[in-house]
Amino acid sequence: MEETEMLEIKNLHAQLEEDPDVKILNGVNLTVEAGKVHAIMGPNGSGKSTLAYVLSGREGYEVTEGSVSLLGEDILEMEPEERAAAGMFLAFQYPVEIPGVGNMTFLRTAVNAQRKARGQEEMSSTEFLKAVRDKAKTLKIEPEMLKRPVNTGFSGGEKKRNEILQMAMLEPKMCILDETDSGLDVDAMKLVADGVNALRDANRGFLVITHYQRLLNHIVPDVVHIMSQGRIVKTGGAELALEVEENGYADILAEAK
Amino acid sequence: MALRREVLLKARQEAASARLDALTLPAGGGWITRAREDALTRLRAMGLPTRRDEYWKFTDPAALVAPATDSAELLGEDPDGTVFDTIDRLKIVFVDGEFDADASDDLAAEGLEITRLAEAARHDLHWARDAYGLLEAEGQAPVERPLAALNTAFATDGVLIRATGKVSRPVALHYLRKDGNADAMVHHCIKLEPGSEMTLLESGAAAARFSQVLEVDVGDGARFNHVRTQGRDHERVSNSNLFARVGEGGVLKSFTLSANGALTRNEAFITLNGRDGVAHIAGAALGDGAFHHDDTVFITHAAPACESRQVYKKVLRGGATGVFQGKILVKQPAQLTDGYQISQALLLGGDDSQFLAKPELEIYADDVKCSHGSTTGEIDPEQLFYLRSRGMPEEEASALLVLAFVAEAIEEIENPDLAEDVRTHLAGWLDRHRG
Ligand SMILES: Nc1ncnc2c1ncn2[C@@H]1O[C@H](COP(=O)(O)OP(=O)(O)O)[C@@H](O)[C@H]1O
Ligand SMILES: [Mg+2]
Repeated sequence: MEETEMLEIKNLHAQLEEDPDVKILNGVNLTVEAGKVHAIMGPNGSGKSTLAYVLSGREGYEVTEGSVSLLGEDILEMEPEERAAAGMFLAFQYPVEIPGVGNMTFLRTAVNAQRKARGQEEMSSTEFLKAVRDKAKTLKIEPEMLKRPVNTGFSGGEKKRNEILQMAMLEPKMCILDETDSGLDVDAMKLVADGVNALRDANRGFLVITHYQRLLNHIVPDVVHIMSQGRIVKTGGAELALEVEENGYADILAEAK
Repeated sequence: MALRREVLLKARQEAASARLDALTLPAGGGWITRAREDALTRLRAMGLPTRRDEYWKFTDPAALVAPATDSAELLGEDPDGTVFDTIDRLKIVFVDGEFDADASDDLAAEGLEITRLAEAARHDLHWARDAYGLLEAEGQAPVERPLAALNTAFATDGVLIRATGKVSRPVALHYLRKDGNADAMVHHCIKLEPGSEMTLLESGAAAARFSQVLEVDVGDGARFNHVRTQGRDHERVSNSNLFARVGEGGVLKSFTLSANGALTRNEAFITLNGRDGVAHIAGAALGDGAFHHDDTVFITHAAPACESRQVYKKVLRGGATGVFQGKILVKQPAQLTDGYQISQALLLGGDDSQFLAKPELEIYADDVKCSHGSTTGEIDPEQLFYLRSRGMPEEEASALLVLAFVAEAIEEIENPDLAEDVRTHLAGWLDRHRG
């Protein structure tokens, strides 16, 4: 069976808009096929979050070279909301608190905005409520948390589970998870991993950014990339993550030079 | 110093005599005429405010003081429908400041005595005779409020309401506008007997220039809820004065939504007179361009263990100006006072709008908890990106963040249906003012 390219990143270079001397991405090449889970590992500061932000359209970065396509469509000129409607989703490393906006209102507005952008009908409120409740339950998210303002006063683990709930509700095609495991205890990590695994299917791609190997015991990747100084310096199978776990990055990075 | 005061007073008195030349005391007779004459005496002594008055440092009172008013274009029907239309209420309609009996409901309700001000003299209302202009007069110190005295003297219409029971159906004052030049003054006087409850709603375009005084005496254990939306005609100017006294265990909650209007000055002077009294006053104001909105609040804690909250939110765009002057005065007997004050502005689309805030605390008791804060900010780009990354178009995301910004003020509305109605109107306004 022929593989569909979900996300194709070619020779991507990006620097800070306000300081062009800070060149963060220096030629990233990466292709995620539909149905596959790719992991990116790498030391702190190697550019993993920046890659995630550039892919989702955050302001503040200037792409100087290269291209990114989602299901064959060039997305670099799209607004963040257009990318979302096209199927892009980023689970933030640091989910943003929004006091004054209820989590439910937020979820419903997001779901319906994407539907509208795709020319679909809005979800009825009963349909929506049922979907949220079911999904929240599997993520062990208390109904009370849905009533609170978005991420406001949530613990680290609650914030990360809330990201996965959004992902489950929005049903994106391309899911990027930026250090969704950081700050989670083993039980919380397992919940998050189960949430991700439940969404794995042939028509969806994943890019799981992590600093540690342990998440990858639960979300077993098809491909592992090592990132350093804004480039992918090594690519391998799931065993590459174990190698990092045992020996650290030093050997791999030395070898790459 | 003394010389400067004399010069200022002379300027004020000149402003007053120019205005008074254009006015005649309304006919009435009896006690109401005496109350008006007393107010006129107060006014003559104070004069009318000028820009040089400390209390008017941030807001030029000229348009409120001038002998004649400019006309203000009528916007017509609110595209969202009239606010409070879905609320079961006793409706009292004023057209250009004049009571309209045909458009109003029957002024009879269990637990309430409602009398039209213009007819007050013909009725021997003992309670009103002792109340009309009284709280206004008491509210002239420590800071003078001459526009309120002017109103007490010359207001031709309004309602006198005495609540004797717990009334759940709100009384709604709706101010229609027909005349482009209408220069209206209304004065309402409300007395809540001990243990009584009522809700007052206000809405409508009102007038090109609208002056309003609302005196509220909240008896021991009584509850007064007040939700108001102000005229949204762009060119209209208005000043309002709320004077309230809250008795032991009494509760007063007042919320005002203002969208548009060239000039709005809303003053509130509230005194907590009995132990365990509560006063919450809140406002949300939104405007662009030639929008000048001023909330000036003075809350006095005169008795122990009272709670007061002032929550003001202003959304300003395209050169609009927001003003907040808020004071909490805690007198020596008012131990265990709990006072909170917050005023915040959200500047949209660049920094050409401004927010001028003067929060003040004056405390003479030693065991009190008082906090105040004031901030000016813009939409947080991190929050905006987060919402957009979930698929919300920028304008929709911004509108959601603006609603979130004013949420704390709207939450001061106790009744959820009224809060929802206000929220819907706000959302409608934001919808039409995108970009
Ligand atoms: N907005 C920014 N301002 C200054 N430096 C930045 C900014 N964003 C990223 N960087 C720098 O770019 C590098 C990569 O950061 P980041 O993408 O967060 O790495 P990672 O997620 O792999 O830890 C770091 O050196 C970081 O300091
Ligand atoms: Mg990172």
